[in-house]
Amino acid sequence: MNSQFIAHAGIFARKLLPLQLEKVSAGFPSPAQDYIEKTLDLNELCVRHPAATFYVRASGDSMRGVGIFPGDVLVVDKSLSARHGDVVIAIVDGEFTVKELVLKPQPALQARNPAYPPIRLEKESQVEIFGVVTHAIRDFRANK
Amino acid sequence: MKPLFALVDCNTFYASCEKIFRPDLDGQPVLVLSNNDGCIISRDRIAKTLNIPELVPFFQVKALVEKLGCQVFSSNYELYGDISARVMALLEPYASAVEVYSIDEAFLQVCATDYQAHGMEIKNMLWRDVRMPVCVGMAPTKTLAKLANRAAKKMPRLNGVCVLDTPQKWEWLLARISTQDIWGVGSRLSARLKSLNIHNALQLARAERKWLRKKFSVVLERTIQELNGVPCLDLELEPAPRKEIVCTRSFSYKITELDELLQAIASYASRACEKLRMQQGLTQNIWVYLESFDKQVGYFNRQSVRALPHLTNDTRQIVEVGQRAISELYRPGLRYKKCGIGLLDVRAQTYEQADLFNPQQSEKSRTLMAVMDNINQRYGKQTVQLAGAGLQPKWAMRREYMSPRYTTRWSDIPVIRC
Repeated sequence: MNSQFIAHAGIFARKLLPLQLEKVSAGFPSPAQDYIEKTLDLNELCVRHPAATFYVRASGDSMRGVGIFPGDVLVVDKSLSARHGDVVIAIVDGEFTVKELVLKPQPALQARNPAYPPIRLEKESQVEIFGVVTHAIRDFRANK
Repeated sequence: MKPLFALVDCNTFYASCEKIFRPDLDGQPVLVLSNNDGCIISRDRIAKTLNIPELVPFFQVKALVEKLGCQVFSSNYELYGDISARVMALLEPYASAVEVYSIDEAFLQVCATDYQAHGMEIKNMLWRDVRMPVCVGMAPTKTLAKLANRAAKKMPRLNGVCVLDTPQKWEWLLARISTQDIWGVGSRLSARLKSLNIHNALQLARAERKWLRKKFSVVLERTIQELNGVPCLDLELEPAPRKEIVCTRSFSYKITELDELLQAIASYASRACEKLRMQQGLTQNIWVYLESFDKQVGYFNRQSVRALPHLTNDTRQIVEVGQRAISELYRPGLRYKKCGIGLLDVRAQTYEQADLFNPQQSEKSRTLMAVMDNINQRYGKQTVQLAGAGLQPKWAMRREYMSPRYTTRWSDIPVIRC
């Protein structure tokens, strides 16, 4: 059920994973030589707008339901406009919080944990959307 | 559409950087201190309204600042550098060319059907993408764009964007600006112009420029033309590689021991060499400087220029020669407050001539330096350094009120409650 999520783990380090490893042998050129591509860079997968992307660390468990756990590193893209259903970093009363943005039927910042009530967004409420969380990264070996 | 120059200038840049990850500070006065927490160098809008003076020693106003409830920060150059690079990168798509003029200002060459709307878009984009408030000034010349930016900052009804695209518009503004506030005209030149009955910028724009050129300089003539909308200055896109790289700093307290001075010079030399390699340069002469202050003996400084055996950018060689020079400048019993090192007549690596009879920097040394730079770039400054620079130096810059390095260290990224 979490297969999507596992695929996203550990995307941070700029590790270059070679697509091909081959011994160089004198005389015979490798048949694969013409097929060498650049190595995969995990930044390409989760950082669309590098100059507007910031990393933050999650604490608390109100977003358990979307798979954000304490200690996870969140990739935040500030250049995106938040849409219904996005996980966002919002500023509520001068404090950062991570919630799901719900626009219908009524606009609210929704926790994904039944223990937390939603924060209704009224016309006069002072809420700023800081950015959209595009990825979460978890170190499965941490604390083991 | 005629292309225009735009000057994008960040509002109270250092203070604004401190507020990016501290929304709780919105509405509170914020101050940033210079190196060693010496002076106030940046005040946000609210701190300015409280009449806290800028560029005064911090200890003189510390009590006042605390009473007013100001939030005080030491300079967090790691953060400011990263945010500046982001701002500059974000401007690229909005211009046909970008000149990074300083850490918080850029000149742009822009072309648009609606300049007011284009300026507003830049301003809104920088707030959305990095939470950086800016003002935008646009005009046919750089000098006018500077003045437009100033107007955008000072006149709230402009909403942070000022476009001077017709002579009527800029002449209206010039009539309200003293010559002293024009880019390139200082207070001394302004005083001399006053004696010629030239008080405001419009009077200067209409003055006889050939005559003023003879009386002053060709630079002033250019300024006059620029004030009339005739561009004389273009974007400077490729900064000339620096011919000298200097690193001097004050200590957090007065140093008396030679050992500590040697550590300091090794550390400054390492930084200078990093910069040297970044621009692919080599040096053969260094300048070393030592300054002391003592109530009894008074102020004095000593300096010395030393030659290296050959062109090099090897930190080890430069540190060695620098340390030797400092040992010779050192006199026991004095209290030292500052030292520094300069790399003189820096040359590009590509011009280095192979010389059979004279020694050169070895291939091994180059590789080692490249490895060091790589590691430090990847894992943070001073991950690898010469042991001579001291492991936890006491003399290092005082940064008592430093905020986390939110964007450049994994250990410092903001923690956000879900």
